[in-house]
Amino acid sequence: MPSTPDMPAEGNSAAYDGAFGSVLLDPGRATPQGLTGPCGKSANKRFNVYRNNVTHSLVTALTEIFPTVAQILGKENFRMIARDFVRAHPPRSPLVFEYGQDFARFLAGCAPISHLKYLPDVARLERAWLDAYHAADHAPLDADDLGALPPEALATAVFTPHPAARFISSAYAIHTIFTAHREGPMPERINAGLAQAVLVTRPALTVQVRKIDHGQFLFIEALSRGAPLQQAVGLSLEAVPEFDLQAAIALTIESGAFAGCRSSNDIDEKD
Amino acid sequence: MTRKFAIQSANQNRFPAFHPAGRAGASFKPQHFDAIKAEPTSVGFLEIHAENYMGAGGPPHAVLSEIRTLLPVSLHGVCMSIGGLDPIDPEHLSRFANLVERYEPFKVSEHLAWSTHDDVFFNDLLPLPYTDETLKRVCEHIDQVQEAIGRPMLLENPSTYVLFSESSWNETDFLREIVKRTGCGLLLDINNVFVSATNHGFSATEYLAEFPLEHVGEVHLAGHDEQEDDEGAPLLIDSHDRPVADPVWSLYETVIEQCGPIDTLVEWDSDVPDWPILRSEAIAAERILDRHRGRQQNVKRHALHS
Repeated sequence: MPSTPDMPAEGNSAAYDGAFGSVLLDPGRATPQGLTGPCGKSANKRFNVYRNNVTHSLVTALTEIFPTVAQILGKENFRMIARDFVRAHPPRSPLVFEYGQDFARFLAGCAPISHLKYLPDVARLERAWLDAYHAADHAPLDADDLGALPPEALATAVFTPHPAARFISSAYAIHTIFTAHREGPMPERINAGLAQAVLVTRPALTVQVRKIDHGQFLFIEALSRGAPLQQAVGLSLEAVPEFDLQAAIALTIESGAFAGCRSSNDIDEKD
Repeated sequence: MTRKFAIQSANQNRFPAFHPAGRAGASFKPQHFDAIKAEPTSVGFLEIHAENYMGAGGPPHAVLSEIRTLLPVSLHGVCMSIGGLDPIDPEHLSRFANLVERYEPFKVSEHLAWSTHDDVFFNDLLPLPYTDETLKRVCEHIDQVQEAIGRPMLLENPSTYVLFSESSWNETDFLREIVKRTGCGLLLDINNVFVSATNHGFSATEYLAEFPLEHVGEVHLAGHDEQEDDEGAPLLIDSHDRPVADPVWSLYETVIEQCGPIDTLVEWDSDVPDWPILRSEAIAAERILDRHRGRQQNVKRHALHS
């Protein structure tokens, strides 16, 4: 414990937080000035405890947010890459469960793992899973909500996305890879080159991860950005001639991807 | 100056009003939920880290709401950065106040430490020098927190690995002055005392003798790791990943003997064991509390909560 000297410092505390901040994530920089151990002992190893704590805790957080990516890369490789990510993109919020929104992009630019082309999309899916987990609670759209619309309003009906809903389209088999690592069993061989689209929802308390087909993806994506029903159907049919509207409507209800629907005429009237 | 705070929640008492006075509790970990639900009376209370419940919704809130019907909960903030020179993040403070309002914790605490600078969040409890300037800043931050939550908070003494040559206050005087200026209470982390005492070569017993024990509203106990400093001397790390060490239990018993029962939390945040092991640590603390229940206290403690 330092004892109270005769002359207390007045209004000139060095910016200790800035001094720490500039070196905590940079192992190449020296221990900040003005730090000691007791009786003038050196503070290098002591300061390194903070460096280790910061890096270790954030790398561990990433391991927990991206467990499948961590399994695929192996613990040591993952921690090395995660450490580089932490140094380049430290969190900007104290809510650690929101960290790593740009981890997928970082992985995509990471040369030593460029052969694992599916990995960034797997990371996107894991990030979407945790977003869904923490999203606001909301009752999903049910069949009665849709049935309550007058038939003539159906074509122009618009849908409100559910707060937990996320969807990802990938050129790789991200659904197969994700479920094999999270729920098992692990298939003997995964053909990663198979394009898959995934819908992530949380209608109640359990996060659901579904593989959807390309037409369904386009349909849900169009509805989510506010396209009226008929327009969303048109877009999906144009891209996927065998698009099954009934199955897609059933999916929008079963999955909990939407929170509500209304006639777009209502909006016009209200305006 | 001690301020009076009106408890301002508009819809209080959505949860049972528990008064766990002088009980032992444990850190709440979601993996222990089912085990705790099966025998909720096995601990006096549970403590949660505020930041884990700052998401909009989902399982964390569902679980906490259920836990809150079974047991009293204390809210422990980890990321407010009270000890930083930067202003308190108003968004974070508002999230914190919302949790206090929503879950009606029986105790609310934060750290004498900082974790955010220039918008970068370091996810660690970082140390500050003890000067007139930092004292003023810390008090302003505590005023702000107490204003936002409408009640006094407890401030936890840190475990540290370095000292600042510019420090002009010792830690116990610094804490006492904070209490005097803000009306906050203190959270005495006895493991932190032992860790800092070892790391900085002072006597934990003497530190505790100088500590303003009359303002302690909660005690923390936890396990620590042992490493070495540059000179090969023991450097203890506040790791929360193992049982409470024997010397920490001894210091704890001394404090309780002197003060009478104080709500005591056993923390375990890393390599978390099965519930029975954590529960047995809390039960060990409870036994010490029981031994000193009903005895005349040698330290007159201030009532911190209504």
